Formats: sequence, C-alpha cells, structure tokens
Amino acid sequence: MTVAPTPSQTVGPFFRFGLCEQPCSELVKREQPGALRVFGSVLDGAGEPVPDAMVEIWQADEAGTYRGDFGWARCGTDAGGRFSFVTVKPGRVPGANAEAQAPHLVVLVFARGLLKPVLTRMYFPDEAEANGVDRLLEAIDDPGARGTLIATEAADGLRFDVRLQGDGQTTFFAL
Amino acid sequence: MRERLRLQEVGDEAEGQPPYLFPDYRSTRLRAPTKPLLLLPQTLSELTGPAFGDDAVDEFDHDLTRQHGGEPLGERIVVSGCVLDRDGRPVRRALVEIWQANAAGRYIHEGDRHPAPLDPNFTGAGRCLTDDDGRYRFVTVKPGAYPWQNHPNAWRPAHIHFSLFGRAFTNRLVTQMYFPGDPLFDADPIFQSVRDAEARARLISSLDWETTTPEWALGYRFDIVLGGPAATPLEQ
Repeated sequence: MTVAPTPSQTVGPFFRFGLCEQPCSELVKREQPGALRVFGSVLDGAGEPVPDAMVEIWQADEAGTYRGDFGWARCGTDAGGRFSFVTVKPGRVPGANAEAQAPHLVVLVFARGLLKPVLTRMYFPDEAEANGVDRLLEAIDDPGARGTLIATEAADGLRFDVRLQGDGQTTFFAL
Repeated sequence: MRERLRLQEVGDEAEGQPPYLFPDYRSTRLRAPTKPLLLLPQTLSELTGPAFGDDAVDEFDHDLTRQHGGEPLGERIVVSGCVLDRDGRPVRRALVEIWQANAAGRYIHEGDRHPAPLDPNFTGAGRCLTDDDGRYRFVTVKPGAYPWQNHPNAWRPAHIHFSLFGRAFTNRLVTQMYFPGDPLFDADPIFQSVRDAEARARLISSLDWETTTPEWALGYRFDIVLGGPAATPLEQ
C-alpha cells in the first residue's frame, strides 16, 4: 500500500528566523586544509537576484562516503541573492551501475515563488577527466545545459550560480 | 562500448503536487523553471541524507509558548501528528522545523511590514525530532491571518510552515499546515496551487480530541507523508 504524499508549499519570504538562525553553512572550519568555499547567486528569469531563497547542499565526505553526521549544509540568500558555503570536495561515490560518479554536491533550492524546491547538482571544474566519463553529465546532450552543472573557478573559491528560469536556466532534475 | 545513459525529460506534473508555474501566485512567474526536468537515476546521492541527533534540538524548542519570560498572547494549541513514508511506515528521528506568524498575524521577520503588533513573548520558531513511532508534537499559539501583496486585498489563511527531513535528502519537504474550515481557502493562490482537491485536503489539520487538553489547549492533528525515493537510513 502506498500513501499519497503531502503536497509541497512555498517556503515563503519569512523563513529566516525559523530555518537560518543556527549557523549551518560551514561543514568544516575555514582554516582546515582542503576547506573550500562554494558560493554563488540565485537569479530569477529577469536575471535579478532572489533575496529570499534558501540553498541546501548534501554531499559525501572526502573519502567518497555518505555519512549521516556530515555533508548537509544550509544557507539563506542575502539581499543580493548570494549564498556561501565552506566545505570540502567530496570523493567519488558509486553510481547506479557501480561506476564511480564524478565528485558532486546535491543542491536543493527553496524560495518565495517556488511552490516546490528545484533539485540540481554541482560538479567541479578541476575534474575534467571524471566529469568526461560521468554517466549523468555525458547523458546531457546540450553542452550549455551540461555547463550549468559545473562550477567555475574564482579567486576565492568555486562559483555556482543558480538560474531559475530563462535562456541560461540551470538544469533541474525530477525523481 | 558501454551504453550511454538516457535521461528522460519529464513535464511538471508530479501527482498531487503544485506546479512550478501558477500565475495567480505572482512570484512564480519569474521563478518557475521553464525547461523540462530531467528524470534523475537514483544513486547513493539521492538515497542518502543527513541524520540528526538529540543535540539538534533544545529542551524548549518544541514549545513555542515557553521560549521567553512570559506566555505569548493568543489561543494556545497543541499541534501533533505522524511523519510517514510512502509505504505508511513511520519516519523515526526526522527533524521537523516549524515557523509561523504570531496570533496577530505578524512575523518576527524584519521584512514583515504588516501593521500588527509583535509579541515580546513569541518568536514563532520551533523544532523537534520524531520519536520511534514517527510522532512529533509542538505547543504554540494559533497564528493569525495576514495581508500580502499578491493581489488587491490579498489575505493568507492562518498557517504554520513545516520543514522536514526524511531518510534521504531528496525526501525533503517544505509545506504549510492550515486549519479546518478557514474561509480564506478559496481566495488563496498558494493553497489553490495544489489543483487536486484531495491533495489540498492533506494540507489541512483536523481538530484532535486526543490531544485537546481540558482547561488548557485545543489540539490539531497534522500527519505528513514524505514523497521521493525509498531509502535506507545511514548509521550516525
């Protein structure tokens, strides 16, 4: 017997005092060797920043192991639509057919105006070889759509913008 | 040569869920994705999720009426229910977070410009973990309805925001719990964005005599079913 799921509703504009009071955007300390800043902006269909979005990530540890006690983080966007995490690059984890996947973060974005979250992934720009043989990435034909999933190198970390709508829209997934 | 994975493009029609684009809710117009979604093969990345321990919640996190020096104004209520997976099994140790307006319909959030009073004894945020039977319980006050800018004379029905973690990160659910018989339902595009009437009904709590406490508080029951893939919990 399966039970019908509860419908999703928007997180609304006023979630910050409920969901973002406790600091939870840093998985490791900034000083830790291997610590990596991942940041970006959430943008709407007009290219305007979304100041009331919440970005959550889920990832494996550096050894490529998913652990219950490590790997989840959350950050509300600021007035400029920006979010920022401090994390480590996850190791490679097995895919559906036991082939290793390229390192990636699972990303969920909630916002006022999103009646349900959008689901995407962030891959790493310095993993060209692993990305080239990743089953999911290689299955996305359009290079532009594939490119939206790969972060870009920046002076102080990796940049990963989420475009909710429009020509450069981030590739989103369904389950 | 190995076979290439084929990703199916799917429309935005998940059963019983609101669409991304619902023009009556104005903010969806520039924020709803317009390209097809790609059906994601399920790997460990989709089937695992964070586990939360007792250190995730403090003693008064579940009782929003005891987080300040005095009691908040308004109608004291008990809100409780079960968190279940799609097979009807309880989801144990699930983190449940809630946030809401006060009894006057005002959020403590700095962006809320509704000219209704803040309550010095009410923040409106709570969290708890479900027990071994998947049950959660909060004590709070009934939130007020409040106006918003979506259309002329727009009012939100009273609601409590819920955020939940299931066994897998992709079971994540953010939703809103409503109160039975609210006359604002028909005029609220966020509630109406769920097009299926039976699905909409699953957002409405029911008066619960089991948790209604004599001489003290009315009880409302709100059971929650998490969708997404089935998953095995990770040991913490």
